[in-house]
This record gives sequence, C-alpha cells and structure tokens, in this order.
Amino acid sequence: MQDVWKEYPNGTQALNGISVRIQKGEFVYIVGPSGAGKSTFIKLMYREERPTRGHIFINGFNIEKLKDRKIPLLRRTIGVVFQDFKLLPKLTAAENVAFALEVIGAPPKYIRKRVREVLEQVGLEDKMNMYPHQLSGGEQQRVAVARSLANNPSVLIADEPTGNLDPDTSWDVMRLFQRINDLGTTIVMATHNREIVNTMRKRVIAIENGVIVRDEEKGYYGYDD
Amino acid sequence: MREGFKNVIRNGWMSFAALSAVIVTLAVLGFSLILTFNVAQMSNSVTGQLEFSAFLNVNASEKQGQQVAQEIRALPGVASVQVISKNEGLQQMKQELGQELSDVLNAFKENPLPIQIVVKPQDPHQIDRLAKEVSEIPGVAAVRDPHKLAAAIFRTLAVVRDVGIVFVVGLVVTSMFLISNTIRMTIFHRRREIEIMKLVGATNWFIRWPFIIEGMIIGLVGSVIPVVLLVYGYRSLYVKAKGVFSGLAFPLVQAGQIEVKLAVILIATGLLIGMWGGVITVRRFLRV
Repeated sequence: MQDVWKEYPNGTQALNGISVRIQKGEFVYIVGPSGAGKSTFIKLMYREERPTRGHIFINGFNIEKLKDRKIPLLRRTIGVVFQDFKLLPKLTAAENVAFALEVIGAPPKYIRKRVREVLEQVGLEDKMNMYPHQLSGGEQQRVAVARSLANNPSVLIADEPTGNLDPDTSWDVMRLFQRINDLGTTIVMATHNREIVNTMRKRVIAIENGVIVRDEEKGYYGYDD
Repeated sequence: MREGFKNVIRNGWMSFAALSAVIVTLAVLGFSLILTFNVAQMSNSVTGQLEFSAFLNVNASEKQGQQVAQEIRALPGVASVQVISKNEGLQQMKQELGQELSDVLNAFKENPLPIQIVVKPQDPHQIDRLAKEVSEIPGVAAVRDPHKLAAAIFRTLAVVRDVGIVFVVGLVVTSMFLISNTIRMTIFHRRREIEIMKLVGATNWFIRWPFIIEGMIIGLVGSVIPVVLLVYGYRSLYVKAKGVFSGLAFPLVQAGQIEVKLAVILIATGLLIGMWGGVITVRRFLRV
C-alpha cells in the first residue's frame, strides 16, 4: 500500500495517507482505537471500498484500477473472516463451506473432497452436519475460517475474529490461525484483543486517526482499553 | 434455475400479484392483437370488393328486375350488372345458413327475399356516385355499399384497438413494477447469501441470474395462461360464428392461423417483461 487515502462520501476522513508493505507469509495485527480506520484498511484489502487516492496492490491485483467485473477474481485469492461469522443459518457446517465453492462453479466431486479437507483442518470433521445454532461461537468461527480457506487463499483477512468469543475459544481460533500461517498463508487481523496481541507476538501496525503511528515486529498492543 | 423457481414459490403473494398483472396485461394485449388481425383481414377483403348491391321491393316481379337492370346498365361508368333472382337468392342463403337453419326458410309460404342486383363500376372511385344514382331509380328499395359500412366499423374497431394499446402500455409498466417488487423481496430475503457470495468471489452474473430467471418464470407462466384462454375463446367464437363476422359477411381470420402468431407474441412479450423487470431490479438493488 502506498500513500493510501480514503474519504467516505459523508466526509469522514478514514485514512489519511497510509503506506505499508506486508510480505507473503507474514502474520500482522492491525490495532487502534475504534473508528481509527482499521475496518477501512481491511475493507480496502478485499475491495469492498475503493481508495480515494493512492495505490494498493494485493496478490498482483491493482485495487484502485480493478474493474468491478474483476473483483470476484481478487476475492477468490483472499479469505475473509468476520466478528459475526456470517454463516447461513439454514445450511449445515459442511454446506456453508460447500456454498463458497459452489458459487464459484467448482465441480461437485472436488467440492466434497475440499469441504472435508478444510473442516478437518479446523478440527470440525465430526460436526460437519450440524447447523450453526447447534455449534458454539468458537465452532461457528472455525466453520467461517474453513469456508474462507476453501479457495486456497494466499491471504486471510480477519476483522475482529475473536470479538464475539470468550477467551478460551478465542485462543482456539488463534491457534488455528497460527497453524494456517505456518502453512504459508499471510494473515492480516484487525483486533481489539490486547491479551492475544501481547501473548502471541507478531508484527503490530497501529492506526490512529487514519495514519500509521506504530509498526513494529513482535510489538505490543499498547492501549489501555 | 432451481433458485429461480424456489424464489417464485417463497414469495407466494407477491408472485401471485405480479403474475396476475402479467396475465391481465397479456390478455388485453392478446385481445387487441386478435382485433387487429381481423381488422387487417377485413380491410383487405373490403378493398377487393369493388361492387355494390341494390335491392328491389320485395313484391317486385322478375320482369321489373330485368327492367331496372337495363336502366342501370344504361348509366355511365357501369362495367357489369348481375341480377340475382328471388330463387337464386334463396338458394344462396340456404347454403350460407347450413342444413339446420334452412328449415326456417322453408317455413315461409312465399319467398321473403327481394331481387338483388349486383353492380360493378368501371372505375372503383365511381362507386359512391353510382350507388347514389342507382338508389334514385324507381323500384330500388335499398343500396348496400360495403365500403360505407366497413368504414364505420373500422373507425369503431380502431378506437377499441387504440384504447387497448393504451391499456397495454399502462399494464406493462404495472407488471414490471410488481415483478420488480417481488424480486426485491427475494433480494432482501437472501441478502446474507448474496453478501457471502460476493465475499467468496462469485461472479456478478452468477449472483444475478437467479433473480432474472425468477422474473422470466413469472412472465412465462403469466403468458401461457392468457394464450390458452384466448386461443380457446377464439376457437369457440370462430366455430359459433362459422368463421364469419356476425352478419356482415366478413370472414374471420382462421383460428389456426391466428393462434401461432398470438402465442409467439404473447409468450415473447411475457418473457421480455419478466426479464426486463428482473434486470432493472438487479441493477438497482443488487449493486454487484
């Protein structure tokens, strides 16, 4: 990312000139107070929002020049996980994962195989046929992670993935992220969870008022909230 | 496809409203079309008819008939004159009425028909002047000029057709609005699915298709029903009227001929309305 600015139509200046380079295979926390621009940063990465100014390159895609029609191609190389999981309540865990593959037109045989693989990877192979409401929050988030991995993304983006989870399950999810990162997937995670950032030490990028105020390897959370 | 069908069923009432609107629209359109086809045919048949008939008093004798015919022949601009005697006229009518009804004619003691004289002018444009002159010849009771009659009918039918077209336009807009609303409900219903589809990289058309298909299904079903009704209705009318437009001796367009045209036009229109309704909704509310 080079000198990225983002102004929303309502006049909010979300990002005021951010430059950052994240290497393949890194594990990065994005921290900062609420409303500092973390979510905007994340949204720019998967082209939910378009930068007002500046250049963003992700997996070889030039975000500011990417045509709407080509957005799906970018998103197939990126996995996204949210605070609220975004699972479909009427589908089982396996179906939720399969859905992500079906809508990009993967062959059914491959889908079956891949669904099993990723659910095993997140340790939910024995709960494949349960519906989201039958699963705990941590399990639901793991299904969401499995879904985001289905396309073999090279980058996993997580927006407050532990925001709705209790500390124990949060750690389950974090250990899962670590394993995924160990397999070579880049992870960018926006978080408010001080304990996690301070214990599982990674690169920390702190954003305040739309600018990067701190960027350090094995950094601390550094806020008191 | 599967998704499109599911959507139609899920939005029961909205689908029903949209469907009804399409049915009414296409029924009115179909009715206007039938009328237009027949008016076109009638106008052809009338333009080809370059003659008029004069009728004598009922009690006029065959001899008087020949006399009047002579007088008409003497008029300037007459190409040919043909006398249809009372008997000939009766035979003709029996044929036209068919076996069952000819008994009615047998009930008359005396032949009730007047002598008819068919006059053909040299120049078709002279037909009005000649008709007027013939009507002034003593012994002539009435002159029937098909052109005058036809003109009046044309005017009426043209008005009916124009009103029909105005209705159709209004109804097309209403149908599309209702279809659009139905699809909007589906989009709202499935907004989470759509959000996730976008996130995992489904192409825009992959997301759009089910909604456009939903519209097309409403349009298709909505067109089949009026096609069936109108075809059935026209057939029974055609059989009842024996292929002739009531009493005016203009042939109706044959049932088989009109059906295919009608079906093609209505179904195509229905599909188009549905598809377009789907496209505008997807454009406005899906933002993919």
